[in-house]
Amino acid sequence: MRLTVNGAQHHLVGLDPRTTLLDALREHLHLTGAKKGCDHGQCGACTVLLDGRRVNSCLILAITQQDAEVTTVEGLGRRGEPHPVQQGFLDHDGFQCGYCTPGQICSAIGMLDEAGKGWPSAVTEDDDLLSDREIRERMSGNLCRCGAYPAMVPAIRQAAGR
Amino acid sequence: MTSMLTRAVGAPLPRLEGPAKVSGAARYAAEYPQDRMAYGWIVQSPVARGRLDAVLTDPAEEDVLVVLWHGNAPHLEQTDDPELAVFQSDRIGYRGQPVALVVATSLEAARRAAQVIHLDIAAEEHDVELRADHPDRYTPESVVPDVPAVSGTGDAETALASAAVTVDVTYVTPPLHNNPMEPHATIARWDGQDLILYDSNQHPSGIAETLGTVFGLPAERVHVVTEHVGGGFGSKGSARPNAVLAALGSWVTGRPVQMALPRQAMFSMVGHRAPTVQHIRIGASQDGVLTAIDHQTHTQSSRLFEFVESASVVTRDVYPVPHLRTGHQVVRLDMPTPRWMRAPGEAPGMIALECAMDELAERLGADPLDLRLRNAPRHERVLRAGAERFGWSGRDPRPRRRRSGEWWTGTGMALATYPATAMPSTARVRALADDEYEVAIAATDLGTGARTILAQIAADELDVPVGRIHIRIGDSTLPRASVAGGSSGSASWGWAVTGACRELRSRGGREAVFDTTELVREQKEGQHACGAHFAEVRVSAVTGEIRVSRLFGMYDAGRILNPRTARAQFLGGMIMGMGMALHEESVLDPAQGTWVNHDLAEYHIPTHADVEWIDAAWLDEPETGLNPMGSKGIGEIGIVGSPAAILNAVHHATGVRIRDLPARLDKLL
Ligand code: FES
Ligand code: FES
Repeated sequence: MRLTVNGAQHHLVGLDPRTTLLDALREHLHLTGAKKGCDHGQCGACTVLLDGRRVNSCLILAITQQDAEVTTVEGLGRRGEPHPVQQGFLDHDGFQCGYCTPGQICSAIGMLDEAGKGWPSAVTEDDDLLSDREIRERMSGNLCRCGAYPAMVPAIRQAAGR
Repeated sequence: MTSMLTRAVGAPLPRLEGPAKVSGAARYAAEYPQDRMAYGWIVQSPVARGRLDAVLTDPAEEDVLVVLWHGNAPHLEQTDDPELAVFQSDRIGYRGQPVALVVATSLEAARRAAQVIHLDIAAEEHDVELRADHPDRYTPESVVPDVPAVSGTGDAETALASAAVTVDVTYVTPPLHNNPMEPHATIARWDGQDLILYDSNQHPSGIAETLGTVFGLPAERVHVVTEHVGGGFGSKGSARPNAVLAALGSWVTGRPVQMALPRQAMFSMVGHRAPTVQHIRIGASQDGVLTAIDHQTHTQSSRLFEFVESASVVTRDVYPVPHLRTGHQVVRLDMPTPRWMRAPGEAPGMIALECAMDELAERLGADPLDLRLRNAPRHERVLRAGAERFGWSGRDPRPRRRRSGEWWTGTGMALATYPATAMPSTARVRALADDEYEVAIAATDLGTGARTILAQIAADELDVPVGRIHIRIGDSTLPRASVAGGSSGSASWGWAVTGACRELRSRGGREAVFDTTELVREQKEGQHACGAHFAEVRVSAVTGEIRVSRLFGMYDAGRILNPRTARAQFLGGMIMGMGMALHEESVLDPAQGTWVNHDLAEYHIPTHADVEWIDAAWLDEPETGLNPMGSKGIGEIGIVGSPAAILNAVHHATGVRIRDLPARLDKLL
């Protein structure tokens, strides 16, 4: 099967059809930026972008994504220039152990795109879709056991240009 | 010795590994590609007590290299942790115990084979419920971290009987699970008689020694690599079965084996915070001077291992009272072994103590802050500074008085404390070319900032910019370091690094090695970091939902080595404290002897949406005579007392005292 990740096409020969997208990335392509925290869609550590949308890669079978563009944390930023969300995390110390971090960053990028399209969240009251409360609500699918949340919100706010 | 120009300690230096962590380049244990990697999947016992007679595998399962169980596993040596002797006996001591290991050429095949395996088990009746009156309870000799189980001064019984005002209450805390985001994982590979382990842990030196014992090897034949760790919170302080299983699988198959625990397995195999039933009585004079405290904890451990959550110990340190009695009783059940979880003892103990103090303040008609000021002289400065910043003064003490729309609001506070200690460690410093230095120590950075702080310490001691320091940690072949636990990492390792740097400067030469064992033996005993937590909550009058509107911590933890990473440590502890107060609980199914909510969907931890306004501040003053940096540990104090501050605020908002945690909304309706 083929898999397009961060702009590069890969051919995976004899891949077990039960292989999740997360395991294909980590075990077969050695792209270990996406993390496995639960393997059950409950923590967000495995978040990657699929055609620009954030998904839990542990819940997706790799074989179903032959025509998709997968973006992982390794594919963000350009030539040593971090993506603005990565820069925000660096500037605000938005992580401790770092294990949830690639998922948080990919999720934030997907989330900013959703807000940009005007998609509401469960707490939306007015036009401000990126208030701190909105950011917290929209990021709640990504758990952080270290409790780095208070530093991630300003990191994401900064990336949003606020 | 140090010029002001290069002072790095105390500066908010960004984490050295930051760029690696945000780009996905930082490698955790299960992320080292190997040739011909095989994958392990564990089979766990479906019963809490019994005997495993046979393991039957389906020969049709492809790609399986071996299935190991006690019927065919190689002999392992015993350590002080019986759970590491995997597959050495037919006995089953708890539900979830690993009873077999499947090793296959792919993750998918290993998982499938483990799912269809047949276990021939003779189940026996089990006993899994903690009760304060359990007939098998006993008083242990010592409790974590190896202090006497019982203490007493004066005559608490008589003093309580004659006290003008008393509180007599029982607080119950549930089992809690550490749940670091990175599951416990190991890749093991044998290189002749040498064992190489990529392992997620808090103590590479200790893991190497333990695995050496298990496999009958000297520690130096075991090489443990632990470059980055995705959190541990105590659960990775000692070797866990995943390391032994990976090494065993690799030994038998001759291939590198990856053994990453599924999240669900972490609820039984790597430890948890034991539940407690705490009976606490406090006596005071009419004007609010404490006269006596009695704090008795009932808790549980497993059949395999005695680990006693030392919830009463903290009461020995906070309020100097003339009549004090503390004790612990434990019962051994057919349940998984509890182990260290962030501030073992202090975290649950301070809930009982500081909620009971709030109850006493209410009974006395006293302000909770004044009651602390009167009785906890050591905390006076953090109390005053914290109350000022939080805006405590003018608080109406009466509960259930403030409501705006749907929401009742209230405020609460509690003290915090944590012992300041250091453990023996050794560091090595080498002078490289161009005024650069390599600093090496087998420490680990679980997200604490240790790597960065050690570089700051070395830079100041060697009088060079931090950029000239190359830090090497996370490898058991480096000089031996103590565990990243007990909030002792920076003190222990920083002391060794300071010593090595000073030795290099005074003696000259290319290299210096410094071992703190002797110095640590003479360290000042009984020192503590202290703090105060303040919380404001709002509680929905309609649904009972509790929201923490504000959470504030004020600390005195000696000199703060890096305010940026220190802040993260304090806030992270407070957020876990919020989880302890409001969200976290492992729910027992007594019929099965297991926790029913053993995953991250049902074991609730705080999320982004739960954390609103939160802040921490500190009195930044070096403590003399403790260690050369003048620092005290900060990794755990944030979870000590913060749950009590929140619970006390919930009472202030609603008038309801919740004495069995967590404070779920159904308990308010
Ligand atoms: S690993 Fe995919 S959501 Fe947790
Ligand atoms: S930084 Fe450790 S889990 Fe988020």
